Amino acid sequence: MRSRARYRPDRPSWLIRGGAFAGLAFMHIPVLIIILYAFTTEDRTYQFPPPGLTLRWFHAAFARSDIWQSLSLSLAVAACATTLALILGTLAAFALARSRFTGKDALTVLFVLPIALPGIITGIALLAAMKLGGIDASFLTIVAGHATFCLVIVYNNVVARLRRLPASWVEASMDLGASGSQTLRYVLLPQVATAFLAGGMLAFALSFDEIIVTIFTAGKERTLPIWFFNELFRPRDRPVTNVVAVIVMAVTLVPIVLAYYLTRPDDEHETSR
Amino acid sequence: MRTLSTFFWRRPYWYLALLLVPPLLWFGTVYLGSLLALLWQSFYSIDDFTAQVVREPTLATYRQLVTQPANVDVVVRTATMAIAVTLACAIIALPIATYMARYAHGRVKAFFYVGVMLPMWTSYLVKVYAWRQLLAKEGIIAWFFSKLGLAGVLDAALAMPAIGGPSLSSSYLGMFLVFVYMWLPFMILPMAAALERVPASLLQASADLGARPAQTFRNVVLPLAVPGIAAGSVFTFSLTLGDYIIPSVVGAPGYFIGMMVYVQQGTAGNIPLAAAFSVVPIVLIFVYLSIARRFGAFDAL
Repeated sequence: MRSRARYRPDRPSWLIRGGAFAGLAFMHIPVLIIILYAFTTEDRTYQFPPPGLTLRWFHAAFARSDIWQSLSLSLAVAACATTLALILGTLAAFALARSRFTGKDALTVLFVLPIALPGIITGIALLAAMKLGGIDASFLTIVAGHATFCLVIVYNNVVARLRRLPASWVEASMDLGASGSQTLRYVLLPQVATAFLAGGMLAFALSFDEIIVTIFTAGKERTLPIWFFNELFRPRDRPVTNVVAVIVMAVTLVPIVLAYYLTRPDDEHETSR
Repeated sequence: MRTLSTFFWRRPYWYLALLLVPPLLWFGTVYLGSLLALLWQSFYSIDDFTAQVVREPTLATYRQLVTQPANVDVVVRTATMAIAVTLACAIIALPIATYMARYAHGRVKAFFYVGVMLPMWTSYLVKVYAWRQLLAKEGIIAWFFSKLGLAGVLDAALAMPAIGGPSLSSSYLGMFLVFVYMWLPFMILPMAAALERVPASLLQASADLGARPAQTFRNVVLPLAVPGIAAGSVFTFSLTLGDYIIPSVVGAPGYFIGMMVYVQQGTAGNIPLAAAFSVVPIVLIFVYLSIARRFGAFDAL
């Protein structure tokens, strides 16, 4: 007779446990490998394991002016797009968090469209509009493209926080005689500040790393991801590309980790794109 | 200041309008305006002889899209890949999501959540680049298989018709692996969120009623996880449909929708066809969304 194991919610089967840890490993190994390759002494093939380790490629990468130019362009674009997105996204979040009016649902859908539809649609749409309007690709068109999806990130973060804020707080503040601006300053803003910052961090990271929309709106400008993308097809300096990969990861991860800690206490697992 | 705020408190619509006008103006012109411009251009056509865009509304471009077998192939290939990737992501994500939502506690749980989110937010291009190195002929996967003495298995997989190719980095099999890797976190997170919400009492009830763990999982946990799976599948499906970087960096020669859009607007200079092609994923995604909605995807987001 088969023994009937009682369901033990605290004891996963080996299948689930094994699958979970194997899956987690699957998600991390490629990233670890790329870090390892940045130090390899082999510069022609993707030979594994690397025959030796060196820091030579970091020196080589830091000496390249084209990398510095692309890096500073990317940082400038991300800073401008994030600023624009923070202003517009926060305004939209304050408007749509609690109010009720006809057409609000349509607006809510509209504000998530840029991340619900594939990035290529945003890219080709912006390009089509630029062609129709006779606008040349430039720094400004890159920023415009980035601000569009960065706005959504900021909006999502701030609106989620505002919805969780009890409406009674605002009423209490008003009842106690605070003016609208006082309520905003002492009640709403301190609550929203971390979500605002987190949204800005994520937007910055996303913009810094963006390629799909950027290719269409960049024209001759070369952001760091575009530089990187071109290298993929002309693998002349593979070791230098590896180093840039590590730099890109570092630059994007810092704001993301910060954003994670900023939003952690109350909305632990909700930093969704 | 005070009178101003009282003014807006009494007239909430003015306040709303004041807040909404800047973002809407931006969004309406830059985003919606562009989308409409795109849609509009898909009704233009290209003159076969001069290769100039003819600015007269016509359905010729759409006719070209649905009647030329090569174009239909692209759509079918992309949709098939998107469905395969979605299924694979769901299968791989299930144990991870189950473990992190139901069994892990405290530090292990936090470790899993951070562990899933870090790769999700790691630079997209860097991940693609990493896979190009992993899949290369002399790369780590080939090395691993030969170390295990399984080189024959890899060769057999690559020798398969349709999905194989000269190496992993130039086959549909390799592209499929990359897609699954890239979108896996987007499936895990909504799935785990759905599983977190399954009440423990239901599991105890199921056990008390004599169900074995596997039965409880199949009959109780899985149906309750469906909205999460549906929500995750929206991401995996949509992201695969629109991607053009992965098929052009890793993969077989066959075109995908995203690449078609990219190539048509770029080297081919055929903006109308590019625009028509980009309408395809929009339509497919809306169809998919309406299906996913039935499975409760929007409640789980």
